[in-house]
Amino acid sequence: MDITKSLDDSSDWTFEKLEDYHQAIKKVAEHYRLDTYPNQIEIITSEQMMDAYSSVGMPIGYNHWSYGKKFIQTQQSYHRGQMGLAYEIVINSNPCIAYLMEENTMTMQALVIAHACYGHNSFFKNNYLFTTWTDADSIIDYLVFAKKFIMDCEEKYGIEEVENLLDSCHALMNLGVDRYKRPSKISMHEELQRQRDREEYLQSQVNDLWRTVPTAESDKEKEKKHFPSEPQENILYFFEKNAPLLVPWQREVIRIVRKISQYFYPQKQTQVMNEGWATFWHYTILNTLYDNKVVSDKFILEFLHHHTNVVYQPPYNSPYYSGINPYALGFAMFQDIRRICEEPTEEDKHWFPEIAGSDWLETLHFACKNFKDESFISQYLSPHLMREMKLFSVVDDSSHNYIEVDAIHNEIGYQRIRENLAKQYNLSNLEPNIQVYDVQVDGDRSMTLRYYPHQDIPLGESTKEMLKHLHRLWGFEVKLEQCDKDGKIEPLAHCPETAAID
Amino acid sequence: MAHFIDRRLNGKNKSSVNRQRFIRRHQQQIKKSVADAITNRSVTDTETGENITIPTKDLSEPFFHQGQGGVKERVHPGNDQFQTGDHIERPQGGGGAGSGSGEASDSGEGKDEFQFQISRDEYLDLLFEDLALPNLEKKQVSDILEHKVVRAGFSNVGLPNNINIVRSLRKSQARRIALSAGKRRELRVLEERLAQIEALSSENSPEKQQLCRDIETLRKKIEAVPFIDDFDLQFNNYTKQPCPSSKAVMFCLMDVSGSMDQATKDIAKRFYILLYLFLSRTYKTIDVVYIRHHTQAKEVDEQEFFYSQETGGTIVSSALKLMHEIQQERYPTSQWNVYAAQASDGDNWADDTPLCHKLLQRDILPNSRYYSYIEITNRAHQSLWDAYQRLAGDNPHFAIKHISQIGDIYPVFRELFQKTVS
Repeated sequence: MDITKSLDDSSDWTFEKLEDYHQAIKKVAEHYRLDTYPNQIEIITSEQMMDAYSSVGMPIGYNHWSYGKKFIQTQQSYHRGQMGLAYEIVINSNPCIAYLMEENTMTMQALVIAHACYGHNSFFKNNYLFTTWTDADSIIDYLVFAKKFIMDCEEKYGIEEVENLLDSCHALMNLGVDRYKRPSKISMHEELQRQRDREEYLQSQVNDLWRTVPTAESDKEKEKKHFPSEPQENILYFFEKNAPLLVPWQREVIRIVRKISQYFYPQKQTQVMNEGWATFWHYTILNTLYDNKVVSDKFILEFLHHHTNVVYQPPYNSPYYSGINPYALGFAMFQDIRRICEEPTEEDKHWFPEIAGSDWLETLHFACKNFKDESFISQYLSPHLMREMKLFSVVDDSSHNYIEVDAIHNEIGYQRIRENLAKQYNLSNLEPNIQVYDVQVDGDRSMTLRYYPHQDIPLGESTKEMLKHLHRLWGFEVKLEQCDKDGKIEPLAHCPETAAID
Repeated sequence: MAHFIDRRLNGKNKSSVNRQRFIRRHQQQIKKSVADAITNRSVTDTETGENITIPTKDLSEPFFHQGQGGVKERVHPGNDQFQTGDHIERPQGGGGAGSGSGEASDSGEGKDEFQFQISRDEYLDLLFEDLALPNLEKKQVSDILEHKVVRAGFSNVGLPNNINIVRSLRKSQARRIALSAGKRRELRVLEERLAQIEALSSENSPEKQQLCRDIETLRKKIEAVPFIDDFDLQFNNYTKQPCPSSKAVMFCLMDVSGSMDQATKDIAKRFYILLYLFLSRTYKTIDVVYIRHHTQAKEVDEQEFFYSQETGGTIVSSALKLMHEIQQERYPTSQWNVYAAQASDGDNWADDTPLCHKLLQRDILPNSRYYSYIEITNRAHQSLWDAYQRLAGDNPHFAIKHISQIGDIYPVFRELFQKTVS
């Protein structure tokens, strides 16, 4: 590489220095063939960082009390010193927006630039989940549209009305994503144009579904049709299209929440990979700069201090332990893949014949593009790393009064640990599987949802509250039943509780 | 390719709308918290905001999540002792170090209360929402006694020291332009002619002489337009504007005879706090006068007022007399809005009651904006109550209420100051 100029290592940052560091980092990133969206780097204050926090990292969000609550919570714990703020927030958009906090030292800013503007950014641009499910070009426009739409609704129909609807939508947000279907891409422009047509069209469809005018006699002969013909997992989508009593603007609001939920879904699915990738690259890039004598000892020591904090993994019995640190696991895995490529052992050759000894950069880019947490772990978690992290797997079966260690980091256990850890990141195991099973089109319009427990895990205690939200959106009776693995159906809850008027 | 953007200067308080939404939504809980909080305040402490505590369960945003039970597998790091097949006792309170809902449970779980701070203004707004000072409008005109001088545009007449020079000269210039416009137009025509003639020949023709004379006359006429005229003069105009006094005095009267115990005084204290806070929203300066009485009345400081114990009988009129004296002497109604709050357990020496009635009717009520009497007792009302009730019938700015326990204070206060829809 042709960078020779060494950079100023005093700890205060200036815009000129930021630019210098950025140029150096960019060169290294290009050397490693990191393909990114253009960067837009914004300097913000800690208060603005808290703002960004409380609106789940959306740069523009519609107003809702829950964001106010999050803001107050964040502010309280920040002021009491219970938590530090994240060093950065990065938004999956084109150009990729990254926030740097003004309080950070120059070293921190460099770390964040490498981490967010090249690590996360290239992940957003290349990972298959993001390219399939999110449209970085239009997200900002869409958020602007959403904010304005909801503001207009508040003006027309009252804050309370909109707030209630949003409450219900937020409650169902996790059930507002398509897990299997693939989307077709349309641009923001088309989206806007289609919105108005959709309103009318949708309403007419719904009216048709709920038509009460009697049809010809021959229909009676027909076998009673099941609606929906197949169980629906995207409950918000189902409401948007089929709820009988909603008016067009309410359907559009549901759609907005659903879209935003869908936009964030890939981030939930790739936590370990995304953070691991970004951490791997800030580590690799800044060390490359150090090896080329671009940054000083002072710089690299401060950097390593922060870096080790980020990737620290407390053991299971530590008071600080709260599950596996995605930064630590992801970083370790990418480092490990590089090791397998560069210095494979016999064991690695046995476990990873296809990558042992291959070009590490090529392999890493391949891994970044084609996996999500679950598949990434089941593909790449090596025995070497399991030993290093001393991983062990426990089974907690509520029918026993003990928990059992079912695998540890030894020859018999590797495969099992790898499977279990992968499962732990499978969102469809973590989030309850609830589907719209049946709607009484001809009868009382009641809706039946079915919960399919994963490994006999029951639903949490929020079920009753949730039924109220479902009822609010649907407008008629809502029933929830549980379908066990042997096909036994058991009613869980229904709303309204009695048949009385709501 | 990359842009650095400095956003530090814009977008302050981006979350304030969301914050307001939050407060609006949880107004009921917050109001309750506010009402509880006044117990711990001094009467005159209005500078600080307040800590608000809301039970977390009221704030939750529910979502479907997995509960306890079933079969859960977790992988943990840092194995230091386990072998495959080991059985471990289940830790108290759930399944393993992280339950299945560990991913989903939000950070608020486990805490029972959600605490945050509201600012002083938010606090007062919530405390006195929907309340208004009684009789303010009705009395406004008759009671306005302070005036302040304010600018009121310009006038054509006035004192010489109020001349507005800029405006006067502007008018003078306008007048001069208007009066001389025609002549100057003529002058221009003549001058052009003259110039033409001069260009043709230099000899002094009679036409040229005539022109020169005409020009001369016109110039003189133009100059004769006076530079400034009486007509031009503009004066700054001032008027006196009546303004309501921004000062208020609050008299706290309390019976401290043996029958008033500390609990009763605490109830009274809260009522005074509320009144003070409430007045401080309307008036810039508020004086508080504490008068306590048994058979004799005495002006005291806050500490002594609430916390020293006396014994003896009760003569209410002594306090009323003292209040009237102090008011006449130090707080003339021309400058002060007088408010009074009297708290008592209803005891009075029977023969004194008619005198109280008279004092109030004759001396005190005509000078007061509002007089409230609260009776804190669990017993039957005595003669004082009946006398006061008669007064209340005649005087809309005299109010009496009965309080039997601490919880009544706030509702009663609200009732006294309820915004009346008229």
